[in-house]
Amino acid sequence: EFRRFSLERSKPGKFEEFYGLLQHVHKIPNVDVLVGYTDIHGDLLPINNDDNYHKAVSTANPLLRIFIQRKEDADYSAFGTDTMTRKKNVLSNVLRPDNHKKKPHIVISMPQDFRPVSSIIDVDILPETHRRVRLYKYGTDKPLGFYIRDGSSVRVTPHGLEKVPGIFISRLVPGGLAQSTGLLAVNDEVLEVNGIEVSGKSLDQVTDMMIANSRNLIITVRPANQRNNVVRNSRTSGSSGQSTESSLPSSTPNILGNLLQGEEESDEEDIIIEDSGEPRQIPKAAPTSESIESLSQIELLHESTQNGFLPSSEMNLNHSAGSISMEYEVPEPGPKSLEEDGTIITL
Amino acid sequence: MRRFLRPGHDPVRERLKRDLFQFNKTVEHGFPHQPSAVGYSPFLRLMAIGTRSGAIKLYGAPGVEFMGLHEENNTVMQIHFIPDQCQLVTLLDDNSLHLWSLKQHGGTSELLEEHRFTLKGPPGSPPSATQVTAVLSHSSRDVLYLGTESGNIFVVELPLFRVLEDRTITLEAVLQRIPEDNCNRRSCELVEALREHPKNPDQILIGYSRGLIVLWDLQNNKATHHFLGSQQLENLYWQRDGSKFISCHYDGSYTQWPVSSDSRQPEPLENTVPYGPFPCKAISKIYWQTTKNGLPYIIFQGGMPRASYGDRHSISVIHGSQQTAFDFTSRVIDFFIIFSSDPAAEFDDPSALVVLAEEELVVIDLKSAGWPAVHPPYLASLHCSAITCSHHVSNIPLKLWERIISAGSKQNIHYSSMPWPIDGGTNIAPDPPQRDLLLTGHEDGTVRFWDASGVCLHLLYKLSTVRVFLTDADPNDNMNTLGEDEWPPLRKVGTFDPYSDDPRLGIQKIYLCKYSGYLAVAGTAGQVLVMELNDEDAEHVVDHAEADLLQDQEGYRWKGHEKLKTRDGPVRFEAGFQPFVLVQCQPPAVVTSLALHSEWKLVAFGTSHGFGLFDHQQKRLVFVKCTLHPSDQLALEGPLSRVKSLKKSLRQSFRRIRRSRVSSRKRRGGSGNASEVQEANAKFDQDALQEMELAPVQRKIEARSAEDSFTGFVRTLYFADTFLRDSSRHCPSLWAGTNGGTVYAFCLRVPPAERRMDEPVRAEQAKEIQLMHRAPVVGILVLDGRSTPLPEPLEVAHDLSKSPDMQGSHQLLVVSEEQFKVFTLPKVSSKLKLKLTALEGCRVRKVTVATFGSCKTDDYSENDLAVLTNLGDIQIISLPFLKLQIRYPCIRKEDVSGIASCVFTKCGQGFYLISPSEFERFSLSTKWLVEPRCIVDVPEVTSNNHVHKSGTENAARKSSPGDCGEDERKSGRLMEHALLNDEKVLKEIQSTLEGGR
Repeated sequence: EFRRFSLERSKPGKFEEFYGLLQHVHKIPNVDVLVGYTDIHGDLLPINNDDNYHKAVSTANPLLRIFIQRKEDADYSAFGTDTMTRKKNVLSNVLRPDNHKKKPHIVISMPQDFRPVSSIIDVDILPETHRRVRLYKYGTDKPLGFYIRDGSSVRVTPHGLEKVPGIFISRLVPGGLAQSTGLLAVNDEVLEVNGIEVSGKSLDQVTDMMIANSRNLIITVRPANQRNNVVRNSRTSGSSGQSTESSLPSSTPNILGNLLQGEEESDEEDIIIEDSGEPRQIPKAAPTSESIESLSQIELLHESTQNGFLPSSEMNLNHSAGSISMEYEVPEPGPKSLEEDGTIITL
Repeated sequence: MRRFLRPGHDPVRERLKRDLFQFNKTVEHGFPHQPSAVGYSPFLRLMAIGTRSGAIKLYGAPGVEFMGLHEENNTVMQIHFIPDQCQLVTLLDDNSLHLWSLKQHGGTSELLEEHRFTLKGPPGSPPSATQVTAVLSHSSRDVLYLGTESGNIFVVELPLFRVLEDRTITLEAVLQRIPEDNCNRRSCELVEALREHPKNPDQILIGYSRGLIVLWDLQNNKATHHFLGSQQLENLYWQRDGSKFISCHYDGSYTQWPVSSDSRQPEPLENTVPYGPFPCKAISKIYWQTTKNGLPYIIFQGGMPRASYGDRHSISVIHGSQQTAFDFTSRVIDFFIIFSSDPAAEFDDPSALVVLAEEELVVIDLKSAGWPAVHPPYLASLHCSAITCSHHVSNIPLKLWERIISAGSKQNIHYSSMPWPIDGGTNIAPDPPQRDLLLTGHEDGTVRFWDASGVCLHLLYKLSTVRVFLTDADPNDNMNTLGEDEWPPLRKVGTFDPYSDDPRLGIQKIYLCKYSGYLAVAGTAGQVLVMELNDEDAEHVVDHAEADLLQDQEGYRWKGHEKLKTRDGPVRFEAGFQPFVLVQCQPPAVVTSLALHSEWKLVAFGTSHGFGLFDHQQKRLVFVKCTLHPSDQLALEGPLSRVKSLKKSLRQSFRRIRRSRVSSRKRRGGSGNASEVQEANAKFDQDALQEMELAPVQRKIEARSAEDSFTGFVRTLYFADTFLRDSSRHCPSLWAGTNGGTVYAFCLRVPPAERRMDEPVRAEQAKEIQLMHRAPVVGILVLDGRSTPLPEPLEVAHDLSKSPDMQGSHQLLVVSEEQFKVFTLPKVSSKLKLKLTALEGCRVRKVTVATFGSCKTDDYSENDLAVLTNLGDIQIISLPFLKLQIRYPCIRKEDVSGIASCVFTKCGQGFYLISPSEFERFSLSTKWLVEPRCIVDVPEVTSNNHVHKSGTENAARKSSPGDCGEDERKSGRLMEHALLNDEKVLKEIQSTLEGGR
């Protein structure tokens, strides 16, 4: 059954209100439903928080088609890219084919109910021969499970080919996070760790950096096997096409586009136990006025990179994931950004 | 966006930073590592020591020090001062000669290398022809006589080392002029010694190794006398009046020879084997010193009976009926005698014997009865027992200083009262601004107190903790085991004694309260001693307590060493720091952290199992806290399991070495079936290569978990009076940080002074913070309302610090190996952080709060964190905003022991071990800088006009930072400018790049 109603595009309001409105319009006040919409690429995408709701509203052209399903008989697999139009999809190029493609009918839960374990990010700003992989150690008991070693690689320099020392992945532990993602392989050369170039650093230094970043590890590698690289001209298809609009110029591939988000998400929360009471996450102190300015700047940036779900925008997804998986209070983004400010200054 | 997040450098701050911070390595304290040669100038009264790494160090009066480094880093074989000049020549083991000069520059003297030279023979001659074996710097000051392996003596003119070929004294020329029957031993006669006649500079004595000695007349180019020794010659020495000389030989004998005008081939006057009749070792060097009373001093090195004392390193002094063989614990490198240098004086009248041994410098007073040793004001053997830890205390109150000195002087009564005999040069450095103590803990259970205020690191007092314990060895059994009438009359001298009776005695942590004189030391077997300074000897019982750190853990077995046994009953202690409380941790693991609060009379200690708090006033254990994770078996079992794995890896590496040796031997010895062996070798190599490829050095990347071993290891303890529970009342607190990233905070209730003995001290856990990155916590600090670190205990009471601001809110700084974090108090919320490891891949090894003063304005100073990383970099990080100010490379990252030994002072200086026996002192401050500034005056400046311009420039570049402070500092600053400019350029580039976005 169809309903048609209007919203003010400039003031869409909150998702909760919208959800209430839907329930009201459909006269199903106590039924849990899943809300989805089709984006400009024809993908069915969920609406379940403020961010993707706003995104959805902004894509209405002029009509926004919304699909509502009862939660109990919802077909979860219907969501995601490559759903409405059976186009060739970026992801299937990126992910090892055996990873998802063969078993499309496994019922996985909604994005809000599960947590990503890995992703390829910044496809749009990296050279095609490089791959930036993010591993989410976050909450799982699975070991990261890989080893690195010294080695040498051949670089093209103004003086011709030159052998330079490099860091390589030497071993993947079976069943570890690194292996299960399929995004890293033995003999991949490690170029960066969380946006910091490793050239000139010793094996021990790189080890320390990786372990220090282990809760949100972003490794840029030059895969030993270059056949599974992302094909650049496919960027107009799929939701990742949106990334081309992002402000990051591809001429500076070494700048980690998602560093900010990564940092924010990784921001591990120390735990405090007061007077032998319950453990609790340490809150952030209130921001001082001087940081407000930088704050707005960062948020602007967030918006410019929020676009669809994969692969370059874990933003909203992580927010929801964070708020549910952690029993601690979720800090407001404001002070977090302040903190980033403090950290990144010293980069 | 990066531009935005990384605010541009504030020019005002940048300027201030230049006024505050500057990095200099200023002086090396202690004893040079691997000394190889010594030289002395009676004219300058300076001593020079050369080392196997090519360093040359000059020492005069305390504070007068110069250092130079040969570019080649080759062993210095010989050092010869040019008579009556500020110059010296060094001979290296690559057969090169180097001329060094002390030049005055900007009010101070500098040691500069002026010229270098390698003797070259005619084309085609073997290298031995020009291998220099003996050097004579002639009193005419401008020529050097170089004796060589070939037996020829070359003459070179200084300072340019111009070879005067016409003056070469060839072996042939010498042999022609002596009777035929002595010429049969011409082969392989190298020049062993060259000595100038003390009265007649035209005559030199030439000693060849096979025993032939020739007195050569330089004017007439002929031999005036020759002397035939029957034994291989080792060395020669003239009597002062030139009427006799003495030769010493390989068989342990020495011979006196008369030099008279009537006989051309004199017979020996006397031939003695001092430690005969059994075969003796060689006497390698000998001195003959005349005195007014007629009895000469004969001083020689070696000559001990080969079989029973051949392993001794001895120098014997014979004076009439007195004879002593000074017995050194390490090899004697060389020695010299300080005697009257006035050419008009009739007698030598020796005053001191200076011996450079491999590990220490020993000076013997020859004027006082019994020949006591002289206490050296510098060149202290820091490593007389291996250093296990160090602790620095700045700005010692005068009272405590005097008491320590007085305690130390009572220990030094056996030293001679003679003033230090090597007293050349003038120290023009300003007096040190304050009195600083450096305390070193040693493996043998001693703590040494060093005066670290100035350039000379000087031992003030030595404290031994051994008396408290029962050890197997009697402390007195190895001193002078030989009775009075023993032969040879050996006497042990020196302090170097690297053997520890019991490794459990080793000192691991030291904490001295400079206001109260309380000292806490903790050791390898979990022992914690609290001591008090007492000016008198005393005999008392040490109160003993045990702290069971595993109290609520069951079923664990400690497999490490046992705790130390204590002595029952009263123990006699000499004046100085006397222990009154002993706490022994159970299990007796190494004490890893220690804190003392002298005002509250509390001492806190931690091991790999937990930590405890002891009230040393009431002598009561307040509490213990076990920090172990139940799965942490390693810590529970003690160090054994780790030792096992170390052994295993050692075994493996030995196996690898052996295998490679085998293969190389095979390769060499392929005589018979060479091809087969070669093939086998090739196969073997291939296998080895494959093996190598199979197992490259790799590192596991894994997040740290709570189950990692040694998480309970207590790394830091800290007392603070702060707001722990609520923001209205502050209270004493104890903070502890562990290897697993946990911080524990205990609220303490210390009774007021009047009821201090009546009510117990109470403690209650108030907070526990778990850092999610789980890196070891290496520092905890509370900042007051003005963001100033809380003062030390009793600092305010002594009016030496402003009282802390208790109005504003306090902040807690937790430094882990990976991050710096600031939290608010009393409600712990995180405020700021600085990630180090995640961004740079380095880890914090040492961290201290240091005060930096501006060199421009007297009234400005600020507190910053001085941080040493595992890469050997020093970083200065601002408080409380945690901004990196500046970074200096300091220690090579491979130098693990150097990094581990580093200790910072509160004024932005620091020390680290560059060898087991030497501390390098460095300064991060522009204001507080301790470096040698000294001047060596030349009584008569003679012809010094032919100095090569290029030579000096060349040398100036090579001179080390230690000896030419002013210049170096200027250039250092210039470099800094250059770097800053560079950074600006970089930033510009970056901003233009980002501007495009």
